[in-house]
Amino acid sequence: MAITPPSERIWWNQPIAKVELTWIIIAFLWGLFMFFMMIYWHGAGEQNLSNEAYKIKPEQFAAKTQAMIEAYTVREENSFPVVHPPAGSDVYLTGRLFNWWPILELEKDQTYRLHLSSVDVQHGFSLQPININLQVHPAYDMVVTIKPDQAGEYGIVCNEFCGIGHHLMVGKLYVVE
Amino acid sequence: MSTKTEFRTCPTTGLKVDLNAEKLIKANAVAAVIFLAIGGLFGLLVALTRWPEVHLLPADWFYLALTAHGFDVLLVWIIFFEMAVLYFASAILLNSRIAGPRWAWTGFGLMLAGALITNVVVLQGGSSVMFTSYVPLKAEPGFYLGIILFAVGALIGCFVFFGTLVVARRERTYKGSIPLVTFGALTAAIIAVFTIASGAIILIPTLLWSIGLVSHIDPLLYKTIWWAMGHSSQQINVSAHVAIWYAIAAITFGARPLSEKVSRTAFLMYILFLQLASAHHLLAEPGLSSEWKIFNTSYAMYLAVLGSMVHGMTVPGSIEAAQRARGLTKGMFEWLRKAPWGNPAFSGMFMSLVFFGFIGGISGVVMGTEQINLIMHNTLYVPGHFHGTVVAGTTLAFMAITYYLVPLVFRREIMFMKLARLQPYLFGIGVAGISVFMMGAGTLGVSRRHWDMQFADAILPFDYPSAAFLMMGLNGMFAVLAAIGGIAFIVVVVGSVFFGRKLGVDEKPSYPEVPPQAAVVAEHGSAHSLKIPGTTMLVAIFFIAFVLYYFVNWKYLSEVWPLS
Repeated sequence: MAITPPSERIWWNQPIAKVELTWIIIAFLWGLFMFFMMIYWHGAGEQNLSNEAYKIKPEQFAAKTQAMIEAYTVREENSFPVVHPPAGSDVYLTGRLFNWWPILELEKDQTYRLHLSSVDVQHGFSLQPININLQVHPAYDMVVTIKPDQAGEYGIVCNEFCGIGHHLMVGKLYVVE
Repeated sequence: MSTKTEFRTCPTTGLKVDLNAEKLIKANAVAAVIFLAIGGLFGLLVALTRWPEVHLLPADWFYLALTAHGFDVLLVWIIFFEMAVLYFASAILLNSRIAGPRWAWTGFGLMLAGALITNVVVLQGGSSVMFTSYVPLKAEPGFYLGIILFAVGALIGCFVFFGTLVVARRERTYKGSIPLVTFGALTAAIIAVFTIASGAIILIPTLLWSIGLVSHIDPLLYKTIWWAMGHSSQQINVSAHVAIWYAIAAITFGARPLSEKVSRTAFLMYILFLQLASAHHLLAEPGLSSEWKIFNTSYAMYLAVLGSMVHGMTVPGSIEAAQRARGLTKGMFEWLRKAPWGNPAFSGMFMSLVFFGFIGGISGVVMGTEQINLIMHNTLYVPGHFHGTVVAGTTLAFMAITYYLVPLVFRREIMFMKLARLQPYLFGIGVAGISVFMMGAGTLGVSRRHWDMQFADAILPFDYPSAAFLMMGLNGMFAVLAAIGGIAFIVVVVGSVFFGRKLGVDEKPSYPEVPPQAAVVAEHGSAHSLKIPGTTMLVAIFFIAFVLYYFVNWKYLSEVWPLS
């Protein structure tokens, strides 16, 4: 029994039943498949995270965000600047207690280098309803190259607990034709 | 607190029981159940708040309750119970005295003090940082201090366990190798040492930072090391509850492992690869390379997952073989149909096995896939997954073995047997519902750790799809069902332990009926003639579900915006 010492003293020489061995082999091969699937997707798939990230001081990141806002703001909405940066450019989104700053307006089927960082605690970038979720750290500038392929209005929910106003932290992103 | 070694002989199993070990098992199990009750209550409050139509607590209380819920059930209930399991699997199963009972009591005292300190600090309100306490969110120093004390106490318990193994070997209290269940407990204890060391490495500086003696802690470094504790500690649970599956199969059916070699190697896989799992929490993080993520998140090519998949066959397989040896050979499933479904230890164990595999296991591997994590990270899918592993898996298994501990270790008859028979179903189905509906809500994007999915007070509006609200309503209802099951467990166990009929010295309890040693399945015949068609079918269904679900999620991923 499993609660008593093995009945055969030399248990490690006992043969393994065929059905067990078969399952071990199938499970092992399936594991290998799943492992190589991740590597394969880096080449063939379109949804991958880059390894591009930089250490940055929070005030530097805030300054880069501000420079972009000053250059490309097109209108205001609920006292948030709505920024329409040129296609292909570097765009900055700052997570801070308790909003995503500013509102971005991107063009459909154009590629952008999206920079994400926080100026205080950790936040979670959760783009809805498309459901892309990234962790946002203070002092790390994460660069994600994105290509929005559907026009519309998107919400950015904070999905990492960041304090008592966590549930107020909603941002917005537009994709226009 | 006498440390003189005295034994009694168990009338049911014939094992020699060290009274010191027995007292320690009782104390740890009682503490565990008390914290399960407290943490479970917080959990119910959380679920009722996330039920949009109920929305019970105000925001500050919600975040407080969620912090306390995580700490009390994920850490305190489970580790206290694991201490009881370690002492049981060493001293009792090996017929040995426990090594250093004074040390064991010191460990118990530290754990209790630590658990109380952190609970009090959390309830004071200044430390609602969630159980993970990601820096730079800062809790009061007592929050970290309590966890550190608790961890040190648990570490002492692990060394008492190791010491007991040494004592038992030196005093020749058993012949040959240690039992498989003890081997599983040894796996758990080894992983626990790694886990607790990681916790100390990160929480001690964090405590100093909270006091003001350290100026800065890197948030990414914190997360990497914290999860070397946080995730690896879940592997303690897996090892412990798999050991319990084997134990319940042995006690209930006299089941013998199909192959000692295979089952032990599967446990060994846990020790070798589980510490890589920290990466599961870092897949959507900046500053880590894909190579690092892929190698670690897959436990080096899924070798630890392989361990679990092997146990997934060998545990039911050993039950099937034992049942067939007893003549239940009709068709594929007579052995399962005629299993003792009214025995809460068995029904709890079997549901734990099925839910852990189908709900917790599959979702864990899928979510831990480097790219697929993008569409799940920090959504309710995450708690959906780990309620499948830690609650439907670990907690349900611990509840199941408790039904054997009460008569065999506490020496009390189980009270309210009718309620006890029903309890695993209430709790198991409730928790399975919680897991599935949280995963559903997560797939629809709903954030975890979030007070208001309607964003009523947010400056910029956003609406989740209405199906997500339905999911959260269902989640709330199943949480109530699970809570009823949890309360039933507390009533039965606390009632029996304190008010149940005391068993006489040589009296066998009417429950559990342990098959006489003679009926134990001594051999399965030659390995080539082993017949477990029912289990093979169950495993095939599991595998097909796994493969389909895996590819469905790649399809979901392929539909989101291209990003690189």
